[in-house]
Amino acid sequence: MSDTLFRSLLELGDDSLILGQRLCEWCGKAPSVEVDLSLSNLGLDLMGQATLFLNYAGEVEGKGRDGDRLAFHRDGEQFRNSLLVEQPNGDFGQTMARQFLFSTYQLGLFEQLVKSADPRIAEIAAKAVKEVRSHADISAEWVIRLGDGTEDSHERMVDGFDWFWRFIDDMFAMDDDQRALAEQGILADKAALRPAFDARVAAVLAEATLPAAQPVWQVGSGRQGKHSEHLSHLLAEMQQLARAHPEATW
Amino acid sequence: MSAGAALSQAALRARIDTVLAEVPDPEIPAVSVVDLGIVRGVDADGRNVIVTPTYTGCPATIAIELAIRVALDEAGLEDIGIKTVLSPPWTTDMISDAGRDKLRAYGIAPPPKGAEGRSLHGADIVECPQCGSTRTKEVSRFGSTPCKALWQCSDCHEPFDRFKCH
Repeated sequence: MSDTLFRSLLELGDDSLILGQRLCEWCGKAPSVEVDLSLSNLGLDLMGQATLFLNYAGEVEGKGRDGDRLAFHRDGEQFRNSLLVEQPNGDFGQTMARQFLFSTYQLGLFEQLVKSADPRIAEIAAKAVKEVRSHADISAEWVIRLGDGTEDSHERMVDGFDWFWRFIDDMFAMDDDQRALAEQGILADKAALRPAFDARVAAVLAEATLPAAQPVWQVGSGRQGKHSEHLSHLLAEMQQLARAHPEATW
Repeated sequence: MSAGAALSQAALRARIDTVLAEVPDPEIPAVSVVDLGIVRGVDADGRNVIVTPTYTGCPATIAIELAIRVALDEAGLEDIGIKTVLSPPWTTDMISDAGRDKLRAYGIAPPPKGAEGRSLHGADIVECPQCGSTRTKEVSRFGSTPCKALWQCSDCHEPFDRFKCH
């Protein structure tokens, strides 16, 4: 049970950590200064979530690793984030497609986790859910604005979403042990969250005049530590300083 | 025996309150960590100051804890610890009335009360902290710090920061 809980906390923390890192790659080169600030701010919220979940994961594991240790001293195959969050930023449209899909997923998830029988998970979710709600709103607004915008922005949104449909099942994946924890009220049953996710995505795409989600072959599975090559490149940059000076303090 | 241990419980609590009321927020130095509701008080046995983060990813969290630590140490309260709690989650409703007045005087529009449960950008009537006009508009939902948005007054034309509802 504690191993399943540990893995599940890594999933939650790693999703936030990796997407937070991705968003901060925009810092200094976003389309406008406001967007620059907004993406970094979103990334900051995600980093805060990652800190809380990974610190708790370290406590559950009981081997003396804290959130920083888990973030900076694990290799790619030990990460449990979804494939969706590690995908490169692409253009701004693709970044917003990814953000909308992830934040919509995360909002549904955290709205359940605030009721978790595990008080630590419940309080982290309660702390973060308000921010996640704003991420979901902001990204939906951008999807609509760009989808229902110019011919160019519309095409970019179509392309952006096209890349991500293959990762949706991976984001929602759960194994039998995790389902058992969901039955105990500790985790959320993600399968039960899927219809509301699909409905919300469909509604926003329709308003954005974008084509509905395409049924495509689904790629797996980040939750088992099998990642795309993009994760290694991201980790190389993110972990380089911490690994070069492992005992550094400042 | 340290100064902290030598004081009676009531005197110790009063002492801690006085010390913390002087600790400024690192990003908005016009208000103290007590005004912002970051300090929740002292725990039952009087050994720890209870603090709570504002935003989940607030980059000032560590700086705030450090500032509280230094203030306690300088007041001879080295043996008082700092405990961070998440629950109940911080909301902008926890900013005191005195804190709201100080924010306004500093040129930041304070968040309206009753923010609980609303999204971060629920736009209602925002009063210009310079001239008091309510003819104001949002310029950018993201401002100089994660907790603020950039607004502008349509009457006096001053741009100003607005503390977002949380």
